[in-house]
Amino acid sequence: MEYHELYAKEKRHQKIINFLKYAFLTFWALVVLFPFYWMILSSLKSYSAYNSEYIPQFITLEPTLENYAYALNEVPLADYFVNTLIFTLLTTIIMLIVTILAAYAFARLNFKGKNLLFTACLALMMIPNELVIITNFVTITDWNMRNTFLGLILPSVTSVFYIYLLKENFAAVPDELYYAAKVDGTSDLKYLFKVLLPICKPTVITVAILKIIECWNSYVWPRLITDDENYFLVSNGIQAIRESGFGRENIPAMMAAVVMISLPLIILFLLFRKKIMAGVSRGGLKG
Amino acid sequence: MEKRNNKAWLYLLPALAFLVVFLVYPLIDVFVYSLEEGYNSASQSYYGIGLYNFSYVLHDPYFIQALKNTFILVFITVPLSTILALLISLALSSIKKLKEAFETIYFLPYVTNTLAVGLVFMILFKPTAYSNGLINMLLSLFGMGPIDFIDGPYWAKMLVLCIYTIWVVLPFKILVLTGALASVNREYYDAARVDGTGKIRTFFKITLPLISPILFYLVITGFIGAFKAYSDAVALFGTNLNVAEMNTLVGYIYDMLYGASGGYPSYASAAAVILFAIVLTITCINLLISRKHVHY
Repeated sequence: MEYHELYAKEKRHQKIINFLKYAFLTFWALVVLFPFYWMILSSLKSYSAYNSEYIPQFITLEPTLENYAYALNEVPLADYFVNTLIFTLLTTIIMLIVTILAAYAFARLNFKGKNLLFTACLALMMIPNELVIITNFVTITDWNMRNTFLGLILPSVTSVFYIYLLKENFAAVPDELYYAAKVDGTSDLKYLFKVLLPICKPTVITVAILKIIECWNSYVWPRLITDDENYFLVSNGIQAIRESGFGRENIPAMMAAVVMISLPLIILFLLFRKKIMAGVSRGGLKG
Repeated sequence: MEKRNNKAWLYLLPALAFLVVFLVYPLIDVFVYSLEEGYNSASQSYYGIGLYNFSYVLHDPYFIQALKNTFILVFITVPLSTILALLISLALSSIKKLKEAFETIYFLPYVTNTLAVGLVFMILFKPTAYSNGLINMLLSLFGMGPIDFIDGPYWAKMLVLCIYTIWVVLPFKILVLTGALASVNREYYDAARVDGTGKIRTFFKITLPLISPILFYLVITGFIGAFKAYSDAVALFGTNLNVAEMNTLVGYIYDMLYGASGGYPSYASAAAVILFAIVLTITCINLLISRKHVHY
């Protein structure tokens, strides 16, 4: 009998703890999601409805898309999008080519001073961006590359960490494959592209996605290097909207712009959730 | 052999070129800049070599303000976010139902644009035409407020910045800690259960020591990241951070370099070197402490 009582008590206890756990987790999930909800909600309220609220409303009965049209027409948001897309894609592609070649040299080829050079590269990982950005700003200015895509892209290409990540992955591929390819007379370049890259595709994709996220959200460098609206990226665009607004402070239109800017990455995230989370836990740099 | 040697360097050439031009050279150059007194970017000339730039920066009230803000931000957000992330991860790793859904939701802030979502936080705290904003409405339920969080008193602005910073940095910490907790060998817990060890004791004697290396990794990267805070502040208070009294060290560097008060790469460099020295010192202290306490 005592046992039954104890068992029942333990069960009750367990239930309460479980409830508290879920309550806590749900609360935090709401804290995370609420800003997103508020952003979408506000973007659907009309300007007059938003500004005539005496009490902030949690739902809207007259959703409207006028803010989206307004945001797209009043500021060149579409151009910012295209700029960001060009910047992100070119930077990622150049970074991939440069990084893959270097990682291959470190992982597969032999040369004098390889270990020393690799260690030196790893040491460079510790250099904070803030320390080098000043000279890079001067360099790009001297090269007359302010307000150009090249000026935006070039300093953003280098990523020692991704060289390291890919090198580790390349080195894990069995040597036999390489020697077999060599016996068949395959060149290094062909081996890299036909054999190694297909095997290491998951890591390459992870690296590419991480870089895309980084590029899409970059703000500091583009702000320094562009003051011509024609070269603004979305971050700078949203900041410009924040500072000078749409002539008047139009929060719903601002939120519509924010929704449009956030959406591409959220879709990318939902598509590649597992890859992104695994990649970030291996080498996330933000946080 | 000679031929392969050359080929390797050919593969490395693009990466090395980028690294040298945009990482190694600037690294050396920033120290040079910081020592050149009275540098003129138009004529690229300077008067002499010395520590004047450092002295100027250290006596600049805006720098002191930025230093103070950054330190407050760092020492509030790093411990709080780490503890919060640990609590969430512990709860998360002890459940089965909905675990993936929670994990996905918690990670969402990581992939969003800091500036864009910062604007959402701003409007949550900001008064609208006829109301004091959502957060003030919630506060009034508890009989508090209204407080002007965006243009009001210093502590209120700092509070908003801290809250937003924690919101932004948590996803990474939760992700890493959940991974660490999952990698703890189940057998330790089973052994503890057999011995009748309580939950709290199990946590402090088994879980915490086993994840302590990861925890310290998070604290160290957290400090480094928090010292570089900037875009969160811009999102909440605009680019004119000096006026808002909300500038950070990184913001000070960029303002010195470019913008309304810009055009002083020497001062910016001196500030960057000071920032680097602070981060290096804190990281070393962290490493020393971790060497004493990490049980691995």
